[in-house]
Amino acid sequence: MKNRIWYPLLLLLPAAVILGTFKFYPILSAFRLSFYDWGISGEKGFVGLENFRALFQDPFFWQSLLNTLWYTVFTVPLSIAFSLFVAALLNRGIRALGLYRTIYFLPVVTSIVAVSVVWKWLYDPQRGLFNYLLMLLHLHPLQWLEEPRGVFEMLLGHPLPTLLKGPSLALFSISLMSVWKSMGYNIVIFLAGLKNIPDVYYEAARIDGAGPWQTFRNVTLPLLSPTTFYVTIMTTIVSLQVFAPIWTMTGPPPGGPLGTTSVVIYYLYQKGFEEYQVGYGSAIAFVFFLIILAITVFQKTVLEKRVYYEV
Amino acid sequence: MKRWDKPLIYLILSVGAILMLLPFLWMLSTSFKTIAESLQFPPTWIPQHFTWENYKIVWTKVNFPRYIWVSTVVTFFTLIGVLITATITAYALSWFHFKGREVVFVAILSLMMVPIPVYVVPLFILVQSLGWVDTYYALIVPWTVNIFGIFLLRQHFRSIPRDLYDAAVIDGCGRLRFLWQILIPLTKPALVTIAVFEIIGSWNAFMWPLMVTNSDHMRPIQVGLAYFAQGESTNYPALMAASTIVILPLIILFFLAQKQIVESYSRSGLKE
Repeated sequence: MKNRIWYPLLLLLPAAVILGTFKFYPILSAFRLSFYDWGISGEKGFVGLENFRALFQDPFFWQSLLNTLWYTVFTVPLSIAFSLFVAALLNRGIRALGLYRTIYFLPVVTSIVAVSVVWKWLYDPQRGLFNYLLMLLHLHPLQWLEEPRGVFEMLLGHPLPTLLKGPSLALFSISLMSVWKSMGYNIVIFLAGLKNIPDVYYEAARIDGAGPWQTFRNVTLPLLSPTTFYVTIMTTIVSLQVFAPIWTMTGPPPGGPLGTTSVVIYYLYQKGFEEYQVGYGSAIAFVFFLIILAITVFQKTVLEKRVYYEV
Repeated sequence: MKRWDKPLIYLILSVGAILMLLPFLWMLSTSFKTIAESLQFPPTWIPQHFTWENYKIVWTKVNFPRYIWVSTVVTFFTLIGVLITATITAYALSWFHFKGREVVFVAILSLMMVPIPVYVVPLFILVQSLGWVDTYYALIVPWTVNIFGIFLLRQHFRSIPRDLYDAAVIDGCGRLRFLWQILIPLTKPALVTIAVFEIIGSWNAFMWPLMVTNSDHMRPIQVGLAYFAQGESTNYPALMAASTIVILPLIILFFLAQKQIVESYSRSGLKE
């Protein structure tokens, strides 16, 4: 096109103004404010690394970070394993593929708040459906969202040190719901990935006498690894930012029982917004961002080595 | 072995499908029960005393029609904003040559890497200082640019052959008319994808609306539902009726545009 510079710049202007004002500027502010003492009584000036020092000594921050990591460590592999399993079955040339896909996808489009309200009812210790089903199976009812004990503790039947307890059953319950909600999305992505694997590979495997499991292990998995890699990174980033189910399903106040479901974003919301400790909240935000970056880079370097890109 | 493996696949998939649907079925079932029946143990699957009362409560005593209105307005204007900014930005970044174009593009993309919670508190302070708390401006304006949308549309614009433009220019077609009459019709699937994500995302937004709305009057539907759930934590039939009302519009949309929605999501996963 003719080199009239003002024309494309004019087209760029609206997005630049909005992104600059409502994204770039707040990001810079978050970074700057993390070095300031800004509490409920207003801005009190530059304090250097004081917020970060306080943060590293704050047991509630460490607990929320541990909770977030447990939540992610359970949600991501479970979601990926289940959705890969379902996608592999759906890819076996079955009839009614559309119907099954629709059903599995349904939770993805529904709102997380509504779904949280519904699952809270399912998990109700007295009248909930899940405890009724456990009763039908002659199993002990569980306290679900009101259970602060760690899942490993409960499995072993005796107390464990903090780091080994695992997520509380309350947090694990939320994780299960997230698996249910996110599966459909991952299934659709996996199905697209599976469709890209040429039939010749399967035929070759069949001629070599490979069984279904061997075929899956040696043909499907390696050729699907770019998709699996993408799904892992995306699900991890989303899981690390969990917020709405915590606010809706736990408490009051949210984060209970005994703080075992308080996650980093909830803690950030509590400090930076509810208690209006802007400086401290910004320090949490900044550290959180570094953690997300570090985990993503870690996954990229460790997992991508195992990704098989077709040449 | 071949004889049983197909039935087994259907069996597993069907059991899974029932488990996926179970929460929704239980939600519907409870929403038509009286409080007394909802507390009955063992529970009933089909309501014995079928009642619409819970829907009436949610619709008349709680402000749900208002919440739906606010969410509809917010979703509509956010969508319009996103489609306009994505189109013109992608157009500038793909069909025009100017110095620093790639730098601008990379700068915009790198902003996508920063998740909302990281800057949400300073954003709130900014919006507060503009006097926007409890207004539509706060709910709409900051979200009228979707970087993923710009990225997706730019990919599509670039795949269109340049000859088309030369031919159009010979026919006396201006730049905006070229965008409007040629590029946009050719990239409809990408625009539908952006619209799908925007409608679902906007309707389901929670954290930001929770922060910038104080009065019941300005609450979008998710925030309205969350506060209702907090206040009525034991009236499960009413809560399930409310949840059904919140979920229903998206389920209807999903069934109307199922193919486009599933394709949009599956396309979002393809790395270009």
